[in-house]
Amino acid sequence: MQSWVNLQQVSVHWRAVHALEKVSLTLSAGERVALIGSNGSGKSTLLRVVHGLIAPTQGRVEYAASLRQAMLFQRPHLLRMSALNNMALGLWLDRQQRLTWAQALKAAWVALARVGLQDVARHNGRTLSGGQLQRLALARAWARQPQLLVLDEPTASLDPYAKREVEALIHSFSQNRPDVGLLFASHNLGQVKRLASRVVYLEQGRLLADLPVAEFFDSERLRAVSPKAQSFVQGELP
Amino acid sequence: MTSFSDSLQTAFSLILALDPALWAVVVRSLCVSATACTFACLLGFAVGAFWGVHRFRGRGLVIGVLNTLLALPSVVVGLVVYLLLSRSGPMGFLGWLFSFKAMVLAQTILLLPLVTALTRQIVQDAENVHGEQWTSLGAGPGLRAALLAWDERLALLTVAVTAFGRAIAEVGAVMIVGGNIDGFTRVMTTAIALETSKGDLPLALALGGVLLAVVGLLHALLAALRCAAVRWQASLAQPLTARFL
Repeated sequence: MQSWVNLQQVSVHWRAVHALEKVSLTLSAGERVALIGSNGSGKSTLLRVVHGLIAPTQGRVEYAASLRQAMLFQRPHLLRMSALNNMALGLWLDRQQRLTWAQALKAAWVALARVGLQDVARHNGRTLSGGQLQRLALARAWARQPQLLVLDEPTASLDPYAKREVEALIHSFSQNRPDVGLLFASHNLGQVKRLASRVVYLEQGRLLADLPVAEFFDSERLRAVSPKAQSFVQGELP
Repeated sequence: MTSFSDSLQTAFSLILALDPALWAVVVRSLCVSATACTFACLLGFAVGAFWGVHRFRGRGLVIGVLNTLLALPSVVVGLVVYLLLSRSGPMGFLGWLFSFKAMVLAQTILLLPLVTALTRQIVQDAENVHGEQWTSLGAGPGLRAALLAWDERLALLTVAVTAFGRAIAEVGAVMIVGGNIDGFTRVMTTAIALETSKGDLPLALALGGVLLAVVGLLHALLAALRCAAVRWQASLAQPLTARFL
């Protein structure tokens, strides 16, 4: 399998705060990696390092040549204009596709229809519900044809119905393009079981466990690798 | 008290009678301040938005100086522009002193720190919350500044109105560089100062009333615009048929 991203001993420090501490991780094509850990464990920082939004204080990040990646944020931001224009803008900004505005608009219609949002295409982006917003952002990220999709708690602030819709979309997208890698942070262990092929556990910026999903949810195996991760999964917090 | 109420009565009659001398001063004031405000907003929005997004060495110092300039006294601006435009000054060849252009230049310089500093703060706040998302989509600092400024346009409209309010109410700069020449560079504030010193309180009060009314009208228009924008946004969320029923 081709390696998309390779993190070697990556640390991120903000003055006294050690957000990440010597994390090494390799992400390969088609892998669906879940990051779990308590709040402040460094999940979001790690996602941003992988996506190139944060430069590591120490260590190295190596990307495969011409890797295309997109990121979905917990609360996607849309400008005060129509959902269609927001979508088109996201596609027009993609330097690799180099679409004209007319082409971006056309692609935006297709992407909106794909996630069932064509009825709200002319609505102001600010009036969309949380679920619609996340679906739009997911469609926008997907329309950029990424090889690696980074998702920061994509269903964290959604109601159960919207959560299910967004998760189904992620699942359907990754089924259609099995070569695309997924790296997502989540607090929802059920979601991790359904979507991930591999689970990484972080605590206080340190990577304590990195196992295939079946092994991660095997109590004995996980306890042998990291008793702290096993306590977290069992809900036995210190 | 009688003198005050008499003055008020005369002031109202001057306004209602559309006194040509009074309205000439009012229109000139509006033109000077609106032009200066336009120039300051064009430049201040662009620079402020860019500084709100772009990180560069010495940015903290630049922002510190900019914030200090918020307290720039209008008479100091007037004095500096006077020295620049006077015959022996570096811009004396323009021959702008005691003209409409000189007053616009002075007010533009006065407003520029205000517009730039407020725009910088507004766009920086938006950048702190949403900037990484637009960076992730491929927007560089320039485009991010433009997108976030456009997104915060209602807040920037308030900045423009605040700047206009400062311009139309200031007296020091226009007095020094305009010279308060009757029928040429006399504006509301300089006229109020002159008429008060002459003892013509009704005209001074009438001008003061008009000045407040202009600013009040502007804020009412802004409020109406905000309401219309909110209603328009809400109407876009309705199904198309519901909007026309």
